[in-house]
Amino acid sequence: MFRNQYDTDVTTWSPAGRLFQVEYAMEAVKQGSAAIGLRSKTHIVLGCVNKANSELSSHQKKIFKVDDHIGVAIAGLTADGRVLSRYMRNECINYSFTYESPLPVGRLVVQLADKAQVCTQRSWKRPYGVGLLVAGLDESGAHLYYNCPSGNYFEYQAFAIGSRSQAAKTYLERRFENFADSSRDDLVKDALMAIRETLQGETLKSSICTVAVVGVGEPFHILDQETVQQMIDAFDIVGEKEGPAAEPDDAAAGQEVEAEQGAAADQGGSTDEGVAPMDI
Amino acid sequence: MNFMASTQPENRLLGPQSDSQRTLYPYVTGTSVVALKYKDGILMAADMGGSYGSTLRYKSVERMKPIGKHSLLGASGEISDFQEILRYLDELILYDNMWDDGNSLGPKEVHNYLTRVMYNRRNKFNPLWNSLVLGGVKNGQKYLGMVNMIGVNFEDNHVATGFGNHLARPILRQEWHENLSFEDGVRLLEKCMRVLLYRDRSAVNKLQIAKITEEGVTISQPYSLKTYWEFSAFKNPTQGAVGSW
Repeated sequence: MFRNQYDTDVTTWSPAGRLFQVEYAMEAVKQGSAAIGLRSKTHIVLGCVNKANSELSSHQKKIFKVDDHIGVAIAGLTADGRVLSRYMRNECINYSFTYESPLPVGRLVVQLADKAQVCTQRSWKRPYGVGLLVAGLDESGAHLYYNCPSGNYFEYQAFAIGSRSQAAKTYLERRFENFADSSRDDLVKDALMAIRETLQGETLKSSICTVAVVGVGEPFHILDQETVQQMIDAFDIVGEKEGPAAEPDDAAAGQEVEAEQGAAADQGGSTDEGVAPMDI
Repeated sequence: MNFMASTQPENRLLGPQSDSQRTLYPYVTGTSVVALKYKDGILMAADMGGSYGSTLRYKSVERMKPIGKHSLLGASGEISDFQEILRYLDELILYDNMWDDGNSLGPKEVHNYLTRVMYNRRNKFNPLWNSLVLGGVKNGQKYLGMVNMIGVNFEDNHVATGFGNHLARPILRQEWHENLSFEDGVRLLEKCMRVLLYRDRSAVNKLQIAKITEEGVTISQPYSLKTYWEFSAFKNPTQGAVGSW
């Protein structure tokens, strides 16, 4: 995308029929750190990569609880995301107060999309620079939506947004047909695997990622660090076994993980102490 | 604040509104509504009378109406306020349908919406002068609730308004049980309505019974209850009465 004379404000069309400001806002989403979401019939898992600016600082909050049955993961301008989360929380609580019933996530998403659309048609506003993965339960089951700065929204079985999200999307595309009947724990494992794809070589540990779950009979909550680390440790052993058979670029990741576990060998794990012998 | 000679001292707190904008007393009123949960849903009964003070003026007033797909609303009190409530609910259901998604407002949601409306009006000293009974079934769950003009609301297995609270509920407390059949439910409601017909001066002998189940709402055609006036106590009511002079 090049700088041109039609991109100064959002109310100017380009001759090709594009609104450049809106497209630039979508670029902002692509620059943010990754967020992924996937769902089964009864549960939805959201995950994101948390990059702190330096070792001294805390990381930015990217997953927000909106209500007991709705949560959101954001990518892009996190300040815009915070403001939209506050709007969503407000809508949910007002609906709950009036009707004593949870706001159906499908309706919240439409309201959010309409709010985003307003910012694409006012000369004194700018589009929100944040993409939202909204996970929620409805009368009709578990839903995952993606809300764009453009004011569009789509429903997904699984999706990833932010930087290096393509790697996660590729992983999810391979596996998504099984998600509908996955158990809750398998879904969380798949989420962690997808997050690992976006790290591309870096070690996956619970300090750099956040995972949240919502499901039938399980209110939205963010999993605590120990639980996440346990799950990472639990499937890493399995992940190693699958490494050579599955994705070729996983071998490198497998090596790092192994080193992190403190094992002596730095091969593909066949002669490791403390690791089960490979079956393949 | 105006410093006119206080012709209407009560208006100071209301600002520019005058008393003619607020409901002070009801004009055309309906009497009791009685409802109970039975095996397949809710049964509700109300007579068709609209009283104008002590005159039984209107005798074909439908005081029960279906709301959306899942609810049934019965009202006692001011009939014009009931019609206003029906307009509010019509708009509510319209917007709900316009979403055109898989979700719809069930009886619990409608009941809570009405509670908010009634309580809000009460706080503005401009109440909707009604006692409402809201019943319905959604996804197999039966719901029966009541809300009145001051915003008091609750849910129960059987409810009644007005005189029904005094005359019908004791009967229901004795004889209601879970999983009543349709016939037993109707018989129980007719028993309550008969007592109300004998003892409530604003009752008329023309009633409707409404049923709501998962399949939908049915409101019966109007009919009358058989009454018996040949009790000897009715013939000579003061025989045996102790007088002071």
